[in-house]
Amino acid sequence: MKTTDLDNAITKERRDRFLSRQSVIEMRARERARSLLDVGTFHELLGPFDRVESPWLPLQGVVPESDDGVIIARGQLAGQPSLIMAIEGAFQGGGMGEVSASKIAGALGLARRDCESGKPILPVLLLETGGVRLQEANLGEAAVAEIHAEIVALRRHVPVIGVITGMVGCFGGMSITAGLCSYLVVFPQARLELNGPEVIEQEAGIDELDASDKQTIWSLMGGEQRYETSFVDALVEDDATLLKQAVLDLAARGIPVHHRSENVEAYTRRLATIDPAAPPDGPALRRLWPRGEMP
Amino acid sequence: MQTLNFEYAAQQPVARRAHVGVVGSGDLEVLIEPSSKPTTHVRVRTSVDGYDQVWKQVLDRFFSRFQHAAQIEINDFGATPGTVTLRLEQAAEEVRSQ
Repeated sequence: MKTTDLDNAITKERRDRFLSRQSVIEMRARERARSLLDVGTFHELLGPFDRVESPWLPLQGVVPESDDGVIIARGQLAGQPSLIMAIEGAFQGGGMGEVSASKIAGALGLARRDCESGKPILPVLLLETGGVRLQEANLGEAAVAEIHAEIVALRRHVPVIGVITGMVGCFGGMSITAGLCSYLVVFPQARLELNGPEVIEQEAGIDELDASDKQTIWSLMGGEQRYETSFVDALVEDDATLLKQAVLDLAARGIPVHHRSENVEAYTRRLATIDPAAPPDGPALRRLWPRGEMP
Repeated sequence: MQTLNFEYAAQQPVARRAHVGVVGSGDLEVLIEPSSKPTTHVRVRTSVDGYDQVWKQVLDRFFSRFQHAAQIEINDFGATPGTVTLRLEQAAEEVRSQ
């Protein structure tokens, strides 16, 4: 096959873009929070030296982390006061425990108090989580419920923005957190689903879903699919600058007239057209629920 | 999980505190802080039991070169000795740099 000058130009442009990008997926949660905020404005609350770690993990023989896998940072995003809540996907798969979830719920509560006293602050959640940590079961669930209540209270004042980058994705109770956000940004590498592929395979069998079949999994719950079927608002490549711009663009839209989670009837009508005996595949869902047709 | 404690003779305290790493698979986090005593105390919590001797050797070697007094906490999730040394070097660099 003969390569043309055009092919070379495209390849060079792509290669340069690839090399110049600042990958967010390769960053740890603290670096991610820092990369979103303006240089020199990152201020961490309840950091590692405050040692607010999980009291439950060591009792079960699991090594805890000094920040319990959640980074809460205040700073400025393009000059606006902002609150970043970033989950560390490498620690316990981003699983939420009593402490980590309470850190997020508490931070959201403080942001709401700021908004109520006339000092708006933009909340951004970096969701990289398998949901509630099994070792902390009900305590984790209760704290995640507090996160949900706080988001619903806060989103009346400011848009609450959720980001799912991958490679962990966002599952379990925390996928409900994502669903409550005013706007969602995803990377193509992201996944968003209530039950993770391994859980579905374990509970319903390999005929239902093969958890090792990455193509099928991403065609159903991947970032691009979620964007094409209007479950998220922005799809961007893995780059810190692009992510920051996407967050700012969504913030500029203001509070949505209707939040996704308020459109219960429309989503119920959508689901009613699906035959569970013959569920549609990824491409069929895109035809059924095209982008831009938010119920 | 196993908790190990080590103590080393030291001189001047480190200038400031630093935190590096993450408690992820094959990795560890290190918290280093100035110590008021002329010793360095290291507390290790590791997910892999029974490697007391390997930890002692890795830390003995590192603290034969690092003489500053510090309080160090390590939360380890199955890091290899090489990774442990690299994270300790990174923490040492953080407390040295401005």
